[in-house]
Amino acid sequence: MADRRHPPTALVRPEFEVRPGEAAQIGDVARPLSTWERINNHPFTWRVVILVILAAVWELYARWLHNPLIFPAFSEMAAALWDATVRGPLIERTLTTIRVLLMGYAAGIALAAVCTTLAVSTRLGTHLLSTLTAMFNPLPAIALLPLALLWFGLGIPSLVFVIVHSVLWAVALNTHTGFLAVPETQRMAGQNYGLRGVRYVMQILIPAAFPSILAGLKIGWAFAWRTLIAAELVFGVSSRSGGLGWFIYENRNQLETAYVFAGLTTVIIIGLLVESVVFRTVETHTVRKWGMQR
Amino acid sequence: MDAPTTNGANGPLLEVDGVTLQYKTREHLVTATYRVSFQVWPSDRFVLLGPSGCGKSTLLKGVGGFMTPVEGTMRLGGRVIERPGPDRMMVFQEFDQLLPWKTVQQNVMFPLRLSGRFARAEAEQRALTYIHKVQLTEFRDAYPHTLSGGMKQRVAIARAMAMEPEILLMDEPFAALDALTRRQMQEELLQLWEDTQFTMLFVTHSIEEAIVVGSRILVLSPHPGQVKAELNAHAFDHAAQGGRAFQTLQQRLHNMLFAERLEAEQALTHG
Repeated sequence: MADRRHPPTALVRPEFEVRPGEAAQIGDVARPLSTWERINNHPFTWRVVILVILAAVWELYARWLHNPLIFPAFSEMAAALWDATVRGPLIERTLTTIRVLLMGYAAGIALAAVCTTLAVSTRLGTHLLSTLTAMFNPLPAIALLPLALLWFGLGIPSLVFVIVHSVLWAVALNTHTGFLAVPETQRMAGQNYGLRGVRYVMQILIPAAFPSILAGLKIGWAFAWRTLIAAELVFGVSSRSGGLGWFIYENRNQLETAYVFAGLTTVIIIGLLVESVVFRTVETHTVRKWGMQR
Repeated sequence: MDAPTTNGANGPLLEVDGVTLQYKTREHLVTATYRVSFQVWPSDRFVLLGPSGCGKSTLLKGVGGFMTPVEGTMRLGGRVIERPGPDRMMVFQEFDQLLPWKTVQQNVMFPLRLSGRFARAEAEQRALTYIHKVQLTEFRDAYPHTLSGGMKQRVAIARAMAMEPEILLMDEPFAALDALTRRQMQEELLQLWEDTQFTMLFVTHSIEEAIVVGSRILVLSPHPGQVKAELNAHAFDHAAQGGRAFQTLQQRLHNMLFAERLEAEQALTHG
């Protein structure tokens, strides 16, 4: 017989109450991690270990191959890098490149800000942005270089133009996607405070969409680098001082392969530094602290 | 804005008069409420009660200024409600209503500073007072993602109350909490009300919560929301829960909300 209120007597067990033990008797409720565990948890440790392993593999393979003209060893590259930095034009070339890069990057971000503001405030803007992004995002910026050279001549304006093209669409697309993903409740909370227009965008939408915006900025940065180095390789030197791309091109022509590798390594080092110092610092002080990203 | 026609102290604070609210989904134009009228007087704990689909949340959004009625008017202190504003602070059901990039204290201070009514020091003092009232003083520098659901709702309530709005709008604020926390939060809310006797408009689908929290209950029918009854519940709190009067009211509300189902069942048995 299944009766909810009167189960078979065999199933009715005695009741009991106990007093829970004191917290002090249980031992460590929370204990700090050991130094080793902390080092192990730090992403920087992992990155260094991986880089060291990669460098070792490179060195060993190059020594086994024994053909410095085609594939110089890590040590030869390091020597070339040191030589080009101390005596050669590497620092000057790098600075030229970074100057142009920052100009294009800043202009691209400013334009992206204008585009996305238009896109969130009007319906025409929304459709305009999504259409333009769909059209131009897949178009390689370097493909526009011949046109840019025709319009702006051989010089910095052409470079800035192609960088803007490579940054603008990636940043605008990510920012707009981020704005669309802001939770309805946060939007309503902001409106509830009486926020409207630009203040609403600045105080609610931008911080709420910050993870996407940051992702856009990272992608934009990488695109800008690629485009600029490629552009410098294509049309070489504009005025007296060429950039990193020109440094690579020049050394390849002179068959100084170790220096070619030194130039490429410089690009990589700057990329790593910007990623692991600049972007990571921004991340720890924003999206990670706010619990928007792990 | 119209000139005030009623004085808050000796007349209704919020007048909702024949309000029809509609919203668009991708395929339909949905009528959420149809010609709903009610009045909220100062210090009322006014509850909108109804099953899901009776438009009670939509009605609250209307009062919040997030929706414009297609028919009828809504006035707060005699002024027609046109847009969202800090005189009607809203507490939402969702935990993500706090701004994740601000600490507890910054979240409470933000609307105070935006309103321009308070200088920095004063806003800070005020925020701390209300954070203390909801017992979160030791978490004032914590970011929202480190708090539990109940704590987040407490911050939202502190944030809304620190503004001392004319009316506090609460959209099922405890619905996403577990039963124990919910009961505790209801008690704390009533305690806070005893301190300052603020006016609130509270949406819920729980009969028990409506009776315990509310002083007056507006019962709405579903699809579209229409007024079914307006009852008094000021005599009941958690302590009254086992009592006969409480259970009578509970049964009465239950019958009202499930009347359609009862009729359908009767039609089945008798037909």
